[in-house]
Parts: sequence; C-alpha cells; structure tokens
Amino acid sequence: MNTSADLLKTPLHSLHLELGARMMAFAGYDMPVQYPMGVMKEHLHTRAEAGLFDVSHMGQILIRAKSGDIRDAALALESVTPVDVAGVAPGRQRYGLFTNEAGGLSDDFMVANRGDHLYLVVNAACKHEDLARLQAALSDSCEIEAQFDRGLMALQGPEAESALAAYAPEAEDMRFMDVRELSIAGARAIVSRSGYSGEDGYEISLDADDTDRIARLLLSDERVAPIGLGARDSLRLEAGLCLYGNDIDETTTPVEANLKWAIQKARRKGGEREGGFPGAERILGQFETGAERTRVGLQPAGKAPVRAGVELFESDTGGTPVGVVTSGGFGPSAGNPVAMGYVPTALSATGTQLYAEVRGKRLEIAVAALPFVQSTYKR
Amino acid sequence: MLKFTEDHEWLKIEGDVATVGITEHAAEQLGDLVFVELPDAGSTFDKGGDAATVESVKAASDVYCPLAGEIVEVNQAIVDDPSLVNSDPTGAGWFFKLKLANVSDADALMDETAYQAMIG
Repeated sequence: MNTSADLLKTPLHSLHLELGARMMAFAGYDMPVQYPMGVMKEHLHTRAEAGLFDVSHMGQILIRAKSGDIRDAALALESVTPVDVAGVAPGRQRYGLFTNEAGGLSDDFMVANRGDHLYLVVNAACKHEDLARLQAALSDSCEIEAQFDRGLMALQGPEAESALAAYAPEAEDMRFMDVRELSIAGARAIVSRSGYSGEDGYEISLDADDTDRIARLLLSDERVAPIGLGARDSLRLEAGLCLYGNDIDETTTPVEANLKWAIQKARRKGGEREGGFPGAERILGQFETGAERTRVGLQPAGKAPVRAGVELFESDTGGTPVGVVTSGGFGPSAGNPVAMGYVPTALSATGTQLYAEVRGKRLEIAVAALPFVQSTYKR
Repeated sequence: MLKFTEDHEWLKIEGDVATVGITEHAAEQLGDLVFVELPDAGSTFDKGGDAATVESVKAASDVYCPLAGEIVEVNQAIVDDPSLVNSDPTGAGWFFKLKLANVSDADALMDETAYQAMIG
C-alpha cells in the first residue's frame, strides 16, 4: 500500500489540495479523483462549459533523428508501432499504438510531428516501459528525451476555445489534432487541439515552473472548473475511447479492439510500408480473416450500472460467459448506465441482446453503437 | 433518538421498528448516487447482512443490515431518484424499515456523539 509520502506529485499538487480535491494514488502519483463539485457535476460542467484536467502524470517523450531528418525518426518509430508515422504532416498529431510480438497492445499514445522532432504523449503507468522500448529500438538512429517532469493539462469543453484564446488568440485557428507552440500569458507551451473527453479542447504542455501559474489563470475564468480523474473516466467512456489497462492491454489486438482505423493503409497489406512492426503477421492476418472477438459499446436496459469485470451471457439463465465488460458505469450526459467490452464477433452487431451477470442476476444489455455521446471535435 | 453503526448506517427506533438509512458522512463519501437496490419487504437479515446496494458514478457499495430483523417497508422514492440519499440522507433518503428481532440489541450501537467522535 502506497502512503501519500511515497507518491509522486505533479506540478499542480498543491493547487489540488488548495481546491479541496479528494486525492488518490494513480500510476504512482497522488492525483485528484474529484473536487468538491463532485464527479457528476464535473462531468456535466465539462460538456456544458469547460473543464481543466491535470494530466501531468502522463509521459512526454521527444524523438530526434541523429541525421537531423524527421522522416528518419518517423521510420524508426514505425518499427514499434503499426501507425503511419511518416505520413503525419508537420504541425499535426495522430493516435498511435505500441504492439507486442503476439499482436497485443503494449500502450496507446499520441504522436505529433513538431517539424524537427516527434513529440509523444504516453500513458502514466506505461511511460518507463515505453521509454525503455524506444531506447532499445531507436537509439541507433535517434536521440530520445524523456520529459517526465513537465506539466500537462487538458482543457476540454465547448468554452475551451474562448477560454484559452483569451491568453493565446492563435488557439482559435487550430483544428482537431493540430499541434503548435503558443505563448500563453508569456509561458512557452506546446498545445494540441485534442484531449480524451469527446469534447473540443486542448492539451497544454508547459515547463513545470509555469504550470501552476497558467492553471490558476485558466481557472480564473468562471467557465473553467477543475475536473478530477473520476469525471475524466466517465467522459472518455461516453466518448467510446479506450482506457489502456481496461479496454486494451497486452492480450488485445488492434483489430479485436476495434482500432483498425488507427492503422493506416501505408502499413497494411499492399501498403507502401506494409508490416515491419511487432505482431504484424497476426494483426494483418486479422484484417483479412477478422478477429474472433470485438470491442463494442454496451447499453444496459435498466438503471443498474454494469461495471468492468462483469461477465456477459447469451441467455438469461445458464451457459458459459461469452464476453466481458471492460469499462462501465453511469454516463451523466447519457443519463443512464453505459459500458463497453468484448463479445464474440458473431454477436457484435448493434442491437444484439445479451445478459450481464450483476450480483447474481442476469440483466439485459444490448450491443450499442459508440460513442454514447456525439463528439464535438473542430475538424 | 438516532443510533449509529460503524458502517455508517443510522437507525431511528420507534417501538420495535427501526427506520434505517446511511449517514450524511457516508453519503458524502460515496458521492452522487445513481442507483439504489433495496431488499424485498418480508425478507430477513442477520446483523451485518448485505441488505442494499448503492452505486455512485464510479463504484458500487453495500449497505448492511444494522441489526437482525425483518424488512417491513422499503423507500421506493430513493429507487426512483437516488439523489434523494445525497440531498436528505437522514430524512427523505431513508432506505428501509426493519422490525427488530431483539429491540435491546440497539443498546450496543453508538449514539450521535460517539458516531461524530468516530468519524472525527
């Protein structure tokens, strides 16, 4: 058991305590799970106005080609990811996946082309492993710089644009997945128009020393509220976005995880840079033959939340489980329980009726289209 | 007079029937409730039995039967609107009425002063 003294602190730790956050251990950090407003109101506030999330626990990594040509860095990164990195234009960002030899997923991440280097944001719990993977695979041709002490905030919601533009007017011109260096009230920030809530918004990377000041500045706007990990989880679930460790892990392939869209044509069979990533044979094989199981949205019929780990059945009595819920809870914007999980591909059509066993009772649950709440990205 | 358990239930005892709910402290710790499952009237529980389930946005928690007895009435209002438990935990947010097997068992429970001391 970690005591709070053993836990790492982000540059916003003292601000969280000042704001009255309830803290919890998360990926080795002492993080805010909720503020006095509470998870429900934080979630709804983000969808209605804007929420500010501390995501400084996530890992930021820079990759520079020793040749000085970013294409060499992109091609080197393609040896550990099925994503078309070389096709990411300068100033743009793309969702990425690290795969293992069995075709499973070792992490998911964001990768940006910053002109002369690649900028990655990886999950907190995986960041040291990701760094080691990159060093092992890319060190011959690239310099790899971990920036694990930098601050990272997400500003999400319909008012995010005008709240940020008050200090950095150029933020208005950015489209979904654009990445730029902006000056925010004198602080040099790397800003991407992205996030993980299904809302329009930004991720803002800052020097640790600037993070607290900029967070307070953004929070001084009455439309911006601090939001904890609790609402971050319900927001991303409603948006149909995977949580690494829950919905995707070392045992799930990109095809099973319904993430085929994250593998562009250039890396698929017949593409100009086909394969060449760990697990390529299995993953590309599944593109042709299909996978036996698929990640789907799940809509419980009743009011009872159906949570991660709950088993799914084909009938209301007996039988063996055919699938499992990997994320589930109440969707404050959806107004009802929402879930996602894995089912046999033969049972993955929207509307397919299944049963979830909750506290010994079989509850009706139907395969549902994702996302549960329409995303509002500025494309 | 209200009695309290270490598991954060309160009891209001009238004759041999106790009205049972969860404390304001417990409601606050659980956060916004979105689902409540209550026992059937007529069912019986031992002290500490799993009598009800409450779920917040994030997690499910059990509500224990504070003393042995038979459920004689449940509060459908909190099933229809779980937020009543957060807004009025010791009033409209009550859970069930329990006919006590032994009224004298209640003597061993905490009074309000002792409960407040326990939660600090």
